[in-house]
Order: sequence, then structure tokens, then C-alpha cells
Amino acid sequence: MMDNYRETFIEEAKELLAELESALLDLEKSPYDEDLVGRVFRAMHTIKGSGAMFGYDDIASFTHHVETVYDHVRKRELSVDKNLISLTLEACDHIRKMVDKRGEISAEDKSAAKRIRSSFKNLLPAEDVSVQKRTATPAVSNSDASEKATGNITYRIRLSPSRDIFANGTNPILLLDELRSMGLCSIAAYTAEVPLLNDINPEACYTRWDIVLTTSRGINAIKDVFIFVEDDCELKIDIIDEGHLSDVNDSFKKLGKILVERNDIKPDDLKNVLSSQKRIGEALVALGVIAPEKVHSALVEQQHIRGVSQERQSRERTASVRVPAGKLDRLINLVGELVTVKSHLSQIASSLLTPELIRIAEEVESLTEALRGNTMSMRMLPIGTTFSKFNRLVRDLSSELGKDINLITEGAETELDKTVIERLNDSLIHLIRNSIDHGIEPPEKREGNGKPRQGTIRLGAEHSGANVFIRITDDGAGLDAAGIRAKAVEKGLIAADAILSERELFALIFAPGFSMVKEVTSVSGRGVGMDIVKRAIDALQGTIDIASKNGRGTTITLKLPLTLAIIDGLIVKIGETFFVLPLSVVDECVELTEEDAAAAHCQELANIRGELVPYISLRQRFAISGAPPAIQQIVTTRIRGNRFGLLVDQVIGEHQTVIKPLGRFYRGVEEVSGATILGDGSVALMIDIAKLIQNAENDE
Amino acid sequence: MRKTVMTVDDSASVRQMVSFTLQQAGYEVLEAVDGRDALAKIGSATVNMVITDLNMPNMDGISLIRNLRKNPACKFIPIILLTTESQAEKKQEGKSAGATGWIVKPFNPEQLLAVVRKVLG
Repeated sequence: MMDNYRETFIEEAKELLAELESALLDLEKSPYDEDLVGRVFRAMHTIKGSGAMFGYDDIASFTHHVETVYDHVRKRELSVDKNLISLTLEACDHIRKMVDKRGEISAEDKSAAKRIRSSFKNLLPAEDVSVQKRTATPAVSNSDASEKATGNITYRIRLSPSRDIFANGTNPILLLDELRSMGLCSIAAYTAEVPLLNDINPEACYTRWDIVLTTSRGINAIKDVFIFVEDDCELKIDIIDEGHLSDVNDSFKKLGKILVERNDIKPDDLKNVLSSQKRIGEALVALGVIAPEKVHSALVEQQHIRGVSQERQSRERTASVRVPAGKLDRLINLVGELVTVKSHLSQIASSLLTPELIRIAEEVESLTEALRGNTMSMRMLPIGTTFSKFNRLVRDLSSELGKDINLITEGAETELDKTVIERLNDSLIHLIRNSIDHGIEPPEKREGNGKPRQGTIRLGAEHSGANVFIRITDDGAGLDAAGIRAKAVEKGLIAADAILSERELFALIFAPGFSMVKEVTSVSGRGVGMDIVKRAIDALQGTIDIASKNGRGTTITLKLPLTLAIIDGLIVKIGETFFVLPLSVVDECVELTEEDAAAAHCQELANIRGELVPYISLRQRFAISGAPPAIQQIVTTRIRGNRFGLLVDQVIGEHQTVIKPLGRFYRGVEEVSGATILGDGSVALMIDIAKLIQNAENDE
Repeated sequence: MRKTVMTVDDSASVRQMVSFTLQQAGYEVLEAVDGRDALAKIGSATVNMVITDLNMPNMDGISLIRNLRKNPACKFIPIILLTTESQAEKKQEGKSAGATGWIVKPFNPEQLLAVVRKVLG
């Protein structure tokens, strides 16, 4: 688009130069002809003006010097002589050269231009030379660029246009509109001076305005609005609020203070009315020291400032951003992919042994770690929101059952992955219901046992490493070990002569179909519940532990991972296949030589520092063909207080693992809880150790 | 209704630039080559705003503004004067003749539009 204009300008400049030349030649013949001087001046002026507009600054500034000289000629301060005409013709040639070359001129031409320019300057009266410096007063100023982007500032603008402002084609409403477009704007108009219809001059402006504007723009931007009218108006711009959060007890100014600040009333007047009991504005008007309009305007300002500071306060309060959970999930997924790629990169870097690549890989690694941590923390919610719901549950249930129970929550600020919290909710409800129904005794019974009438349930959460422990403790009757045993025998869950520790016995209440109460209440006792809780906690990669003392109470401890999406895993290898074990359950890794195995007489027991630890050979369990290496590794873990080992070929090392669920087709596979993609792109299955050991025991 | 702006300039390139810019922004544009041409054309058309150069043959910008303000149809319309920076005193002369505002040459299309929107709305 600009190029089109330039072509037009080039054409036009050539025509003007021809016109200029003929005018100059005529002027030489009749040097006092004013019309001719005017023609020369205008041609120069047009070349200069449009040259500058289309980016030919050299042409514009050169022509400017010639034009200045002819301005003096026009004012008869200089006379036309042969010397001037020759010099101007020379200048013409130079301009033509610049036009032809589109403003790109050689060094030689530049020095010629300099000579011509100084010759013109010499023609000028001495004091005039200094005036040639550009006086930079652009009408459309770019003041915004130079202004720092500060916070929102509130200005008070008092505008009283002169009566005849309309005569210049100015519409004050447009000025107000322009101010409105700059930010939050409150305007109060003074119309008291508008005369009655008989006396009104429709061509005069009788109105004045007070404007309160809150904007991020600087004061120069506001002055620019009035740039064409500053001589025709009384204009006063004051900053009344710098954008700082005002003191809490002084969130807005008193009306009287505003009026004094505006010089609308004297401080003495204010003192006089403050003693009266009337509203200050009305009192001042009644006193006759101020026009109602001024009070109104000040009230508008007060209202404005109040609005601005309220908005600012509410903005400070909500310094958080609400993000749809779906976006966060997507972010977690992407970070998960990134973790995979990072592993790949680290693996390649360490195999290539290129120091620079290793350095980059390490940087990527630490950044990814930080990103992972950060992203995970975004999903973390304090568990307290869930806790608070239980107060109501406990209150309603205990009154229904005629019990008096107090719920105490601890560690409500403990943060946990949002998904974990959501999926935990039902399990917690079950457990608390159980405590209320089975645990806490009725008040009379409690008194009889020398306990306070009111039972207590404590719901606590605390962090421990990569886990969160949630404890539900009641001071109720405790579990009846003998009763559980009898029930389990009756249900055929255990043999009548089975020897079980108390802990193992308690764990039986999580078996499907097990219910302790003889009568089914509306609250619990259907034998569904505890096994569902167990399954839900398993699904969360968590564990449940019960401790109970008869007559003293029960504590159920849930151990949950902080997050589900990414865990720290231990990679092991059997044959050519990789597996991942959750690092959180791994105790230690020990070697198993062929001699050791032979010494145990194929009993699959390892002697670890004197302790006999049974182990399961994953090679056999997963039917992986091939012979094991001479030295194998046992990864030990602790399940329900007992140590178990898993025999693998090789322990590769720790690995941050993004757990992906298995496809629908493999959902029935019990001993594998998921899969992950390793750095080299191969798939490693995630072993559900608890399930594996449980199944292995059952097989025996 | 589309508003009509008249551009008065003896430089075809300036007229072209003003016309194109304002037409793009949705204004109707009338062109005149000097003050006399402008007065002749304005008699038969409704013009909401005038943008005039200062130095022109036949009738310059100042005389044009004075004549326009005598015409009841043009008494209150915005008139913008195009000046160069060396003509600070001309701005004042223009204002007293009845100009609404001014634009300093050189200017770019955005600056032109900013001023037109400012005075014409």
C-alpha cells in the first residue's frame, strides 16, 4: 500500500520540480513578483511535506532548508538575486537526483548536499539558524510509549470549556467519550449556568464537567485528549489516587475532605457543619457555602474511588486462578510424556559418552524434575475440604443411633492429589460409619465401663515421605478378636485350628462377605463395605492397617501415595523383559548365588543376615524361558509385617515411572497393575507385589 | 450513516493517502485540490469534516477555514489543518480562524485516523 503512495509521490515530485524550475526562471526575470515567490515556496513545501510522509526523510530535510530561505523571501526579509536563483536551481537538481534514486544517494552527492545546505544557511540572518532546529511538538504525540506502565491511577479532571468552543468545531461530548474509553470513568456535569430557554444562545457551551478517571495511562495521555482545546478550556488534572491499596480503615475519603481538597469549601466551613448532626453535604448546602452541584460532583468522586478500591481489594484477595481440572490432567499427562522422553535422553546421553550431551541431558533432567514437582503440586488439594464434610455425617449418624460422638480432625492442611482425595471419600465415609456403628458404645455402656459419655473419633492426616497417612481412631469397644475368629471359621474363611496373629485376624474383616454385627442396621452390617474399602485403597496403591485393643478402641491407618500419575519405580530385568516395582515398597536388594540357592535345598528361602526370607522366582511365576544367570538378585519387600523376596535376573535401577493403565483386554490380569514406557521405548509391566504374594501364598 | 470527510490538498499523494486511509476505516471521502475547489464542491454536498493543507495555490488553508465558518452548514463541523512543524505560529492562526485541530506532517495512517476519530467520533 505504502509503495503505491511512493510511486504517486515520485511522479508528483517530478512534476513539482519542473514547475519549480519554470517558476525560478520566471522569478529571475521579475524578482519582486510575490505570486512567483509563493509558487516556489508552495512547491518546496509540498515536496517537503509529502516527502516526509512517505519516508523520504533526506529529501524532506534538505528541502526544508530551501523552504526556510524562501519563507524569508516571502516575508521580504531577503531579496531575490541571481546567486539565490542559481543556488536554488542547483538544489532542484539535487532533489531530482534524490527522487530518482528513491532517496539513496552516494557519498559524493551527500557532500554536495552539505555544501548547498550551508550556502543556504549563510543567506539567513544569524539568529534564525538556531530556530532551524526541529521543535518537536507532534500533534499526535506518542507519549504512551515513553510512559511507564504503572498500575491504575485515578485522576480528577475539571473541564470548563469556553463559551464559544463550538465555533471551532469541537464537540466536548467526544472528549468525554475519549476519556471514557481510557478506563473507569465517572462524570458529573454542572448545568446550573444553562440559562432559561428565552435567554439561551444555542451556539454557546454553558456546561462544565468534573471527571474522575481510573486508568493505566499516564497524565500525558490524558493531556493529549485535550490537545486541541487546551487554549479554549480551563483544565485542571489532579492525581487523587496513586493506585496503592489504601488503608483498611481509610478506604475512601470523607466527602468534606474531597470538597476541601477541591477548594470548593473552606476548612472552617467544614468545621462548622461537622458539629451539626445533619449529613454533611446537605448541611453545607443549607449553610449556603456551596452549590448542590459541587456536592453532587464530590459524591460522584467518592463513589468512584470507593468502587475502584473495592475492586482492587477483591483482585488482591483472589490471587489464584481457577483452571478446569481437565486442563490440569492434560498437563500432568504431558509432563508424564516429558518424563519418558527425559529418561530416553538420559539413557542415550550416558551411552554416547558425549560430555556436552550429558550436560544437556542433566539440565533437562533437573528441569523436568522441577516441572514434575510443580505440576504435581498444582493438583494437590488440602484434605481438609473432605474432612469438614464428615462433621455433618458424624452429627447426623450419632443422633440417629442415640450416641454422643465428637469428631476431631487433625492435619486438615495435608495436601494430597485431587484424584486420590476424590476416590478416598467413599472409603472414609465407610470407615467412619463403622467406627460410629461398631466402635463407639452407647453412652450408658460407656459410663458403665468408666469411660466418658461422649465418644471421640479422631480423623488425622500427615505426610511421610512420598506417602500420606490417614488415621481414623476411635475410643470405642475395639475389635473382638475371638468374635472375628468365630465368625471367620463360621464363614469358612479360615480353618478352625488355624494359628493367626492378632493382626492377621483383624485383616479378615476386609474379606468379602464378612460382617461382625448379627443384626443388619440401616448404617452398616451388610457385609459389604470393608471389602469395598480395601479394594478402593488397593486401587489407590495404598494399604490399610488395623490396630485395636479390646475395650480401648481401634485405629485404622490408610497409607496412600501422594499421587497416582507418576511414581518412583525400580526397574528389574528377567531374560529380556523389564518389570517395574514400586520403589516405595522395596526394602533392599541382595544377591543370590547358585551356591546360596543350592544350600537352601530348593526351599526358595534366602538367608539374609540370619533371617530366613521366602522368595518367589518371577522367572518361574511368569514362565519366562531361558536359564537364570549365575548370580541373581532378590528384591525384598514387607507385606503385612512379613518379609518376602522377589527373585529377578538383574536390578537395573530407579526410574520415574508414568503409570498407564493396561488395555481393556488385560484388565483381568491380577498381578500386573499397569505398564510404563521406558527410555528406549520398550514396555515394562508394573508388578502389583501385594497381589502377587497373596496369589503365590494361595497357590501353595 | 457513513460520514463524509473532505480532504483538501494540492499534493495528489497526500490526498490519495488520506482518501485510502479514511475509506478503509469506513468514511466517505471527497477530494479537493485547493481552497477554491473545496468551497465550490462543499456547496453541493454534505460534508461532516474537512482536512485541509495550509499552503495551497488559489486559496490557502487559513482562508478556506474562515470561509467555511461563514457557511451555516459548516459552522460547527470539525476542521483539521495539516501543518509542518516549522509553522507553530500557523497553528495559532489556524485556531483563531476556526480550525478544530491540526496534524503535523509527516503523519502516518494511524495518526490520521486517531485525530479523525477524536474530533468526528
